[in-house]
Amino acid sequence: MRISVKAVGAAAALLLSAPAFAGWEPTKPVEIVVAAGAGGASDQMARMMQAAIQKNNLMKQPMVVSLKGGASGAEALMYMKSSEGDPNKVLIAYSLIYMLPLSAKIPFNWRELTPVSVIALDQFVLWDNSAGPKTVKEFVDAAKAASAPFKMGGTGSKREDHVLTVFLEQKTGAKFSYLPYKSGGEAATQLVGNHTESNVNNPSENLEVWRAGQVRPLCVFDKERIAYTSKVTDTQSWADIPTCKEEGVDVQYLMLRAMFLPGKVTPEQQAFYVELFHKVTQTAEYKDYMEKQALKPIFLTGKDMVQFLEEDDATNRSLMTEAGFVAK
Amino acid sequence: MEAFGLLLHGFAVLLTWKTLVLMMVGLVLGIFVGVLPGLGGPNGVAILLPLTFTMDPTSAIVMLSCIYWGALFGGAITSILFNIPGEAWSVATTFDGYPMAQQGRAAEALTAAFTSSFIGSLVAVLLITFLAPMISSFALKFGPPEFFAVYLLTFCSFVGLGREAKHKTVISMSLGLLLAGVGMDTVSGQLRMTFGSSELLRGINFLVAVIGLFGISEILLTMEERLALRGHAASISLRVVLSVWKDLPKYWVTLLRSSFIGCWLGITPGGAIAASFMGYNLAKRFAKDPESFGKGRIEGVFAPETAAHASGTSALLPMLALGIPGSGTAAILLGGLMVWGLNPGPLLFVEHKDFVWGLIASMYLGNVVGLVLVLTTVPIFASILRVPFAAVAPMIVVSCAIGAYAIQNAMFDIWLMLGFGVVGYVFKKIGIPLAPFTLALVLGNRAEDAFRLSMIGSGGDLKVFWSNGLVGSIATLAIVLLFWPLIDALLGRLALTGRTKAASG
Repeated sequence: MRISVKAVGAAAALLLSAPAFAGWEPTKPVEIVVAAGAGGASDQMARMMQAAIQKNNLMKQPMVVSLKGGASGAEALMYMKSSEGDPNKVLIAYSLIYMLPLSAKIPFNWRELTPVSVIALDQFVLWDNSAGPKTVKEFVDAAKAASAPFKMGGTGSKREDHVLTVFLEQKTGAKFSYLPYKSGGEAATQLVGNHTESNVNNPSENLEVWRAGQVRPLCVFDKERIAYTSKVTDTQSWADIPTCKEEGVDVQYLMLRAMFLPGKVTPEQQAFYVELFHKVTQTAEYKDYMEKQALKPIFLTGKDMVQFLEEDDATNRSLMTEAGFVAK
Repeated sequence: MEAFGLLLHGFAVLLTWKTLVLMMVGLVLGIFVGVLPGLGGPNGVAILLPLTFTMDPTSAIVMLSCIYWGALFGGAITSILFNIPGEAWSVATTFDGYPMAQQGRAAEALTAAFTSSFIGSLVAVLLITFLAPMISSFALKFGPPEFFAVYLLTFCSFVGLGREAKHKTVISMSLGLLLAGVGMDTVSGQLRMTFGSSELLRGINFLVAVIGLFGISEILLTMEERLALRGHAASISLRVVLSVWKDLPKYWVTLLRSSFIGCWLGITPGGAIAASFMGYNLAKRFAKDPESFGKGRIEGVFAPETAAHASGTSALLPMLALGIPGSGTAAILLGGLMVWGLNPGPLLFVEHKDFVWGLIASMYLGNVVGLVLVLTTVPIFASILRVPFAAVAPMIVVSCAIGAYAIQNAMFDIWLMLGFGVVGYVFKKIGIPLAPFTLALVLGNRAEDAFRLSMIGSGGDLKVFWSNGLVGSIATLAIVLLFWPLIDALLGRLALTGRTKAASG
């Protein structure tokens, strides 16, 4: 029940937050907590927001990025959980908030935090080496015909990349050996060096090696193609990548990028951040970033956000259960 | 000549007033930590690392590497004047350096030490300049089995080539490997040895352990031994410097040999400590009058210093190109790179050219500037040691605590650091070497991941470590080094029987 009361509060606060509304404001530097290592997708996004807020004077206090990527991001979750009532810390979350408590039994529940807003959805793409098969069909056939299973690189174990690999196996009948690396960057390098046959990196993680012509995108795990049509390589744009469904492999997965405050903050404090991140999504920095990293724009807050989170949680839970990744 | 153009570009990146000032600040800080007993290169860099977090990566690494050069120069000062090696690899420098100081030839010894440091580093930097681009394309060949083979080589060479008793090296290394396992296991996605504590989730930070093991334990030892810090007056006049330099060409064989040993050991992870001893021992072995070593012979300063610095510098090459640190300080610099979002590895040379060549250019400049700086400021730095220990010790402890806290902003880490201080003290007392422990702590996780990824990829077949020429030769070399003492003894016996046969025949 606490959640819905909060959500109503947030929605009401959002309606009231006109410029004349003299609400709460941070009085010390705001820490933006990143649940991943330096240079990863979350870190890059946090630095983009830091720059957007600073350049457009959206907040009087400075914003500092604080990397808490230890234990595959669990460090950040526990840090937020223990910061109850502190309105100067804001977490940039992704699907680990559903998955880590299930796979590693981390004593954490996102419902204990205060939801602020969902600011983007991240895509997943199936990639192979540019010397490898050219289409999904050729790739699947080659994987089935191979004497040893194809190696699929990914980030972490029993997480998004691993789940996608399991579903790819189920839908195609091909077998993969999943290699959990420490970061998407490492998974990209290993694919370039031909140590793995494929990976399911986010667009941002493989962007540079794609532009260098070292890897090839085979399909994107979404209902529709990515909307961005400007050329990324000499010949291709993000919109040129077919969906996996078009290619006959019906696997879909999108990952949220959302902001959370610690638990037990006041509705005024929550309202301030809802407004702040709403303004961020209006900036040129945010729009550039979304296009460059091929992210799907979205802005959800209040009741809509809670509903989204509950549904997303249920989806992730069923995927994790089906893949056999829930710790007993 | 591509390297030459890139290097010039590197100098262009570097030659701004801001970077030059940072360079000087770094060198002075470095000499300072090098002179303080118990600190030295790795600790100095570790403690000062968080200071650079707000800088851009190029400035930060320039400053850090200058701290490093400064510490290397500074370490020689205490070895020669006070018989306190500021660094483990300065130990060999005390053998002849301290006797020279006692004979009133301190200035000569210091000049020799600084000059040979400069030469050793210069040779190594030249090597990096011309080999680095080659190494980076070579590095893409490294998948999990290759990485594991390299880690194995490092561990084996510590056991096989180390001077300490083998079982103690193995004990120390095993403890390090055990502690490296604390926290999240990437391969299974499960927590290990955290005992429900959220502080242990992060795992045990390598830098926190190093600050405790080396810094705090040295303070404990010094307190116990009531070390009186009394130094010999030292001043360097231009005349002495020139007379030492005039004699340099006479020792070209020693200098060249030590540079070679240093570069080789720096690139194949063996460590600068081994290099300095090997340089000293070989100089002694090839000298016409070996018995004059240890009584104040200038060659006894040239040989270990050149080797130590050549290896300390060339250790940066595998760190940059492969992400594998060749020395303790390189390991700390590696951690720094990751903090700035630079992933050391094959693509670093491609994606961050400015950074890499800026760093290499800073090695040239840092060395030249450092040499001038130490030659002119020795008397000032030496006077630090006239400050009573009771005043210096608390300062060192406080700086250690700040350093440990700042790495992850965690109070828990200060307790951890103190705990490691006691562990380090006990280890030193019972003669267990600390280097294998820290090596295992920093590489243990990666070695384990690389091994398990290789096994997943090959379906559990160990033959993957001999599946191609590259991985096969590294793995074989590792096994050879592990059993090197046995092989060496065997070869010695064969040679002996051969000689006796020849003599009798």
